[in-house]
Amino acid sequence: MSKKSYRQAINEAIASEMRRDPTVIVMGEDVAGGAGTKGQQDAWGGVLGVTKGLITEFGPERVLDTPLSEAGYIGAAAGAAATGLRPVAELMFIDFMGVCFDQIFNQAAKFRYMFGGKAVTPLVIRAMYGAGFRAASQHSQCLYPLFTHIPGLKVVIPSSPYEVKGLLIQSIRDNDPVIFFENKVMYDDIEEVPDEPYTIPFGEANLTREGDDVTIVAIGRMVKMANEAADRLEKQGITCNVIDPRTTSPMDFDTILDCVADTGRLVIVDEASPRCNMATDISAVVAQEAFGALKAPIKMVCPPHTPVPFAPNLEDLFVPNADRIEKAAKALMNYQIKEPA
Amino acid sequence: MITGEIKAITMPKFGLAMTEGKVAAWMKSVGAEINVGDDIADIETTKITNAYESPVKGVLRRQVAQEQEELPVGALIAVVADKETTDAEIDQFIERFQAEFSSDQAAGETIAAPEPKAIDVGGRKIRILDTGEGEGAPIVFVHGFGGDLNNWMFNQPPLAEKRRTIAIDLPGHGGSAKETSGDLTSLAATVVETLETLGIGQAHFIGHSLGGAIVLALALEKPALAASLTLLAPAGLGDTVNRNYTEGFIAADRRKTLKPVLELLFADPSLVSNDMIDDLIKFKRLDGAINAMQAIEQANFKEGKQSTNFASRIGEIKAPITIIWGRQDQVVPMTDPAQLPQTLAFHILEKSGHMPQMEQSAEVNGLIDTFIAKVNG
Amino acid sequence: MQLSREDLLTAYRTMRTIRDFEERLHIEFATGEIPGFVHLYSGEEASAAGICMHLTERDHIASTHRGHGHCIAKGVDVMAMMSEIYGRKDGVCGGKGGSMHIAEIAKGMLGANGIVGGGPPLICGAALTAKTLKTGGVAIAFYGDGASNQGTTLESLNLAKIWNLPVIFVCEDNGYAEATSSSYSVGGTQTKRAEGFGIPSVEVDGHDFFAVYDAAREAIQRARAGGGPSMLHVKTYRYYGHFEGDATTYREPGEAEKVRKERDCLVGFRGKVTEAALLENKDLDAVDAEIADLIERAVKHAKAAPLPTEEDLLTDVYVSY
Ligand SMILES: Cc1ncc(C[n+]2csc(CCOP(=O)(O)OP(=O)(O)O)c2C)c(N)n1
Ligand SMILES: [Mg+2]
Repeated sequence: MSKKSYRQAINEAIASEMRRDPTVIVMGEDVAGGAGTKGQQDAWGGVLGVTKGLITEFGPERVLDTPLSEAGYIGAAAGAAATGLRPVAELMFIDFMGVCFDQIFNQAAKFRYMFGGKAVTPLVIRAMYGAGFRAASQHSQCLYPLFTHIPGLKVVIPSSPYEVKGLLIQSIRDNDPVIFFENKVMYDDIEEVPDEPYTIPFGEANLTREGDDVTIVAIGRMVKMANEAADRLEKQGITCNVIDPRTTSPMDFDTILDCVADTGRLVIVDEASPRCNMATDISAVVAQEAFGALKAPIKMVCPPHTPVPFAPNLEDLFVPNADRIEKAAKALMNYQIKEPA
Repeated sequence: MITGEIKAITMPKFGLAMTEGKVAAWMKSVGAEINVGDDIADIETTKITNAYESPVKGVLRRQVAQEQEELPVGALIAVVADKETTDAEIDQFIERFQAEFSSDQAAGETIAAPEPKAIDVGGRKIRILDTGEGEGAPIVFVHGFGGDLNNWMFNQPPLAEKRRTIAIDLPGHGGSAKETSGDLTSLAATVVETLETLGIGQAHFIGHSLGGAIVLALALEKPALAASLTLLAPAGLGDTVNRNYTEGFIAADRRKTLKPVLELLFADPSLVSNDMIDDLIKFKRLDGAINAMQAIEQANFKEGKQSTNFASRIGEIKAPITIIWGRQDQVVPMTDPAQLPQTLAFHILEKSGHMPQMEQSAEVNGLIDTFIAKVNG
Repeated sequence: MQLSREDLLTAYRTMRTIRDFEERLHIEFATGEIPGFVHLYSGEEASAAGICMHLTERDHIASTHRGHGHCIAKGVDVMAMMSEIYGRKDGVCGGKGGSMHIAEIAKGMLGANGIVGGGPPLICGAALTAKTLKTGGVAIAFYGDGASNQGTTLESLNLAKIWNLPVIFVCEDNGYAEATSSSYSVGGTQTKRAEGFGIPSVEVDGHDFFAVYDAAREAIQRARAGGGPSMLHVKTYRYYGHFEGDATTYREPGEAEKVRKERDCLVGFRGKVTEAALLENKDLDAVDAEIADLIERAVKHAKAAPLPTEEDLLTDVYVSY
């Protein structure tokens, strides 16, 4: 056990699975870098250096730099998965799903069902998501709600270095197609991460803290923000449950409902655009299953319904933060049902 | 008067991960006479709450830390001096301490805590925490089923002040390799090999629970290796264990299900913190950990029955033996002392469950220290 | 090559503006004041300038993530571009787009693009508009060697051909897509690929303004005359990394320096026009001074320009809602 970055935890997860299982391969644009050049090989190891070193250990047969052809290689990864390999394909930025979505949602996602349960597609697609990098509208989206919407896909959104390693190993060993969301502003986050391989099961939310007054469900990087808000609220005498669902498909609604039953107040923090996102999804389930437990309306803390702006001051306004979560929780504490006049 | 006679009591470090803690409650008030080893405050960390024993003697002159105040490890929590020291001198001492402490902190200087390390024992990875130095045979700590070297966090640091101490992670546990056949003989053999690797010819063994059975097996097999045995709530001296614990520990995979299992360990179930549960869940997720637990459970505690009982052979062991058991142990039922040779020292701790080394660490440390001093003559 | 003195000065001014703009950004980026990703076009100026010289506002271009040069060549205001890159309210996109999304539709600039391969289909659309509305306009898709491997690009080649669209595909092959060599990533050749679709194509020295200018003239004339699409495979080189911050270890040491020294388009242009006595050094020096001043003013202005306001976050998502 030692302190590791989110980036290093991902690298370790892939390397340990490649050592364990010779059918695990990695592909993507510049996952090594330097292909066909006269300079350094493994020059990049991915745009942000996450897969650095893999080609040195596993060679170019198992670490494949691809041309700029997402529809081609993401589809090839799906095909390889269905026929005996375990590809970990990198889509760089999740925004690039636009060029290859058919291969994911019409092909990989549906093989098993359409083929009468006879297909197994152990595919992992890793991609960066999220705002805060000043990367503007086409490199900053969350988009996990779109994938969560598709039956047949599993969707994983790890919130810390410890989580990312265990969830990625689980994703690689999982026999269904998994879309793995890495938050690009978290790569340098540091935490204790075991050196050994370990797995975190899908569909098991992590209750990062427990309290009596408000339940906060937060997705991905928002878990950090929610914990920060909960710290501040505790100093004001308001204690919170903070739930990190870890995976949005499958989603651990049981834990959410249990916590809501205890607190009667729910704040959902989701960095994805506010229409048809995880917050609306969870709200719908809680409204159906736990209406009687609610002491106040559900609060969603989300960005506005706009693309991600470039200007840093606008982007900072766009992304939910601890202040907004704190305010939302307090509003719920102060909520009073109006008696009819 | 020189300030050497004014003594700082600082936030202790319990275990490897602790970086800060708070005084949950003061157990001595200002003006009280204090002896070394007296409980002066309850210190709470995210992992556990524990009574802190005074490392010094004198009069408690100042409680610097407020109850519930969060402080970093090493921060000043109290000042002890004699009655004659003036308040002004105490003020001065505090001022100087605080100034130095904050500048050390700013410079990022913290006292390097001993770190565990992995060593190669016959081709397999074994993690140990090797700390302290001194004359005579070292102390070797062997934890129980599902434990690891952190189980000794309240014992190893004080006992390491006078001598070398080595806490071992058994195969399948903590940071050691997870492959194990699980039977007592092989676990004892690994402990022996570990000591051979470290070049240690004799040790005072302290075994807890399954670790107790392991050191009994080891002392019977390699008598020359054991200078003494201290057995804490040991397995290997009775017929049963609580299978709700052994099987529950293996089956539970979430905080909600693991918590009631862990509560069986303590007389005071409130000692089971979320961090303690999380650490165990994290351990159980490691590749091979569950398999190892299953193998050990099958080999030693199948269906709640202990497969080895050394009660009839314990008399063969020449090394002096001390047994410590918590009155409220719900995991390994206490063996009737009358069933054992009367040459053994047998201490019953009224306020402890299955984890006396944590629940009554001061008493346990005192008993071990006295016992080893006596053995060493 | 029949270029007037004024044309030559314009061509030089365009290339010099692009160069100075990019060189200055290279310096400013290192100070940490410029947010986000910046991809510089230094070294490739002759391509944008040589092609856009033939265009007017009724003609459209689609650019890439490496878009500053195309924008400048298509007449987007340099001051407003600089403000945009600094995320300011008076930026050409109000600070909401940044370097990778500079666009000005009114000038026929359909946008830089964060999505590689995003441009060619759009340009087929612009060409379809021109053809349908008979504007006489043509549409240029600038795309890289990397982008040449996108399905969207290959589909666009086919579409432009079968609909006989006035499109010029300009593959700016600078040898690399990020850290990957085009010798690794491109199967076949760009010109043969075009031929496969029945599209006339030619390889062009992208360091030579006049070569680009001539090849573009022919292709654009063909498109305007209803002769359908063409492709130019422009061989060029980027002086800096893929983005600012790229250590370019995938290159041979000295590689960029050598190209800059031996094949720089601005140096080449100056040599040719002065040798042929079409312009004098002092004419070109005057342009240099004018542009240096322009860029200096643009940076100063951008740094001092006001930020977008909170209300700006919510505007311009829809025309009406
Ligand atoms: C669909 C998509 N895939 C990947 C990327 C990441 N990316 C940005 S630029 C680039 C390389 C582009 O190479 P090329 O087309 O040769 O243009 P150059 O950078 O050389 O100008 C890549 C892979 C992207 N922006 N969009
Ligand atoms: Mg290129």
